[in-house]
Amino acid sequence: MVACFDQTMVPKVSVGPILYYWPKLQLEQFYQQIADSSATVVYLGETVCSKRREFSFADYLRTAQMLQEAGKQVVLSGLTLLESQADLRALQQLTTQGQFMVEANDLGTAHYLSSQQLPFVGGAALSLYNEQSVLKLWQLGMRRWVVPVELSRDWLQTLLSQPALDSIRQQLEIEVFAYGHLPLAWSGRCFTARSENRHKDDCQLCCIKYPTGRLSTSQEGQPLFVLNGIQTQSGAKYNLQNDLHSMQGLVNYVRLSPDPDEFMAKLSQFSHGVASPLRANEVNGYWHRLAGFNQHGPSIE
Amino acid sequence: MDSSRSRTYTEAHELLTKAVTKSAAPLLELLCPAGSMPALKAAIHEGADAVYVGINNDTNARHFAGLNFTPEQLKDAVQFTHQAKRKLHVAINTFAHPGQLIRWQRTIDIAVAAGADVLILADIALLEYTQNRYPDTEVHLSVQASATNLAALEFYQQFGIRRAVLPRVLTLQQVRALARQTTLELEVFAFGSLCIMAEGRCYLSSYLTGESPNTAGACSPAAFVRWQEQAGQLESRLNNVLIDRFNVDETAGYPTLCKGRFDVDSERYHVLEEPTSLNTLELLPLLHREGIASLKIEGRQRSPAYVRALTKVWRAAIDNVKAAPDKFQTQESWQAVLTGLSEGSQTTLGAYHRHWK
Repeated sequence: MVACFDQTMVPKVSVGPILYYWPKLQLEQFYQQIADSSATVVYLGETVCSKRREFSFADYLRTAQMLQEAGKQVVLSGLTLLESQADLRALQQLTTQGQFMVEANDLGTAHYLSSQQLPFVGGAALSLYNEQSVLKLWQLGMRRWVVPVELSRDWLQTLLSQPALDSIRQQLEIEVFAYGHLPLAWSGRCFTARSENRHKDDCQLCCIKYPTGRLSTSQEGQPLFVLNGIQTQSGAKYNLQNDLHSMQGLVNYVRLSPDPDEFMAKLSQFSHGVASPLRANEVNGYWHRLAGFNQHGPSIE
Repeated sequence: MDSSRSRTYTEAHELLTKAVTKSAAPLLELLCPAGSMPALKAAIHEGADAVYVGINNDTNARHFAGLNFTPEQLKDAVQFTHQAKRKLHVAINTFAHPGQLIRWQRTIDIAVAAGADVLILADIALLEYTQNRYPDTEVHLSVQASATNLAALEFYQQFGIRRAVLPRVLTLQQVRALARQTTLELEVFAFGSLCIMAEGRCYLSSYLTGESPNTAGACSPAAFVRWQEQAGQLESRLNNVLIDRFNVDETAGYPTLCKGRFDVDSERYHVLEEPTSLNTLELLPLLHREGIASLKIEGRQRSPAYVRALTKVWRAAIDNVKAAPDKFQTQESWQAVLTGLSEGSQTTLGAYHRHWK
């Protein structure tokens, strides 16, 4: 990873791992489009549920190769909630592939990578909230940090300006989740299977029927959460499209989380710094130190 | 890939996964919650082996008004506990805010100076501080650190922890596998409110209120709760979001947001989880066999009467299983007490039982 930081730089676009369960053909078509897009970084891998296997590990490696040849910087993303022995075996495969950088979404992954002195990306679900814990992860090899989704610009700014980080600030890259339904929680339980009255053991991989997850609303019809297997996401889409100016000199990459709707158009807008009033189902509260589901600033409706 | 690196890695991994024997570890310690001196005394009187508390600021995950101990009260708590030859654990398990580490560090200093036996920590920065500053202090990894696998436990072992509290997302088989592989003592949740998400990685509360367990030490904070009567029904709201509506014949539970009744398409149900409490009483022989060091009772926010009743039942049950593990049977009177003290008068084995998932 090139470790440089330009204070005047506008954040570059990264494509996050696909959080939903899509059929193989859809995955292949999506990444063909990404190969031709203006994205700088692409994260590949299953981060939610180990039972999802439309893409095998070999498929991911092949796709990573294809994207790299198209000029993208590729990072392989690991599972967030690692529980079983099988999960750890898959983790070993991921962390010893020796070709692509890995995004650690669990400290167990960070541990495997640091044991091999490999640099890594620290994912948003690692609980790093202050300068000292960020510094510790830096010492263990974290070269890019994806900030926890619930943190605000103020929190990030305060954290990065602490003297403890003076010596590494120029080398540590910062990434912010900036578009898509926010990953908010992971459980032992599968909520998509539950929504179909099934246990997780008998899930029949039913999440493949919901390429954008299943929306759950309050009894008053307010969108609250999106059910995505064991993951619970925000009911609204997070969108920091209008906040890119406030990231200059602070954030290197904005992460866009893939969806099947208008993703390529959004990717282009983010790449070109195009502002656009938020829609009714879009929010940006966290970045503005508000509850995540709040909208700050102008909106369409 | 550098082959010497991968060899070192494999060796490390083998070492990691090798079965180990633990020496001098406690077995099925009864660890009870206390949000106040009366609750602490109730727990000790009824036979808790250890009690865990928090200090009255936002450094712990039960940062509620009127709860927890002042530094002075903490000294009294230590004295009382030690006189009874029991142990006091202090939870300092939120994550320090940037530029404010000193506040969390001072809280650690206060707990150590008061004579606490154990610190329960989650933040890497605080684990590191304690290791450097108080290398002789026993540290347990809080459930908020979200260590759900052997690799994560190994990660945290660099900070000299002695025990880890396991998140409530693992099945019994997974707990068993960890118990057989790790050199750490393991603590599991035995009873109380059930977090169904991997603790320490749940931002549902801040999504709706701006405050989360990690940033503010509270989930679905009381300041955001509102109750109102509407057309003969009782509504519970969190930051104005409707969490549930109750008929007159229903028990209205606290609007913890993951326990609300929401809609998915045309179906209305408890989308994430019912209001229910975790109850592992029937798993005691298995937890005993696997050498689980400690059973944690959730509920620092509960009353002294609650703590007293629970402690009594769990003391009897643990003594029973230790005396004759093969003959252990849960008693109806125990279950009746536990069910009566549960959310929505319902209990569950939670993730320990595969079918819950």
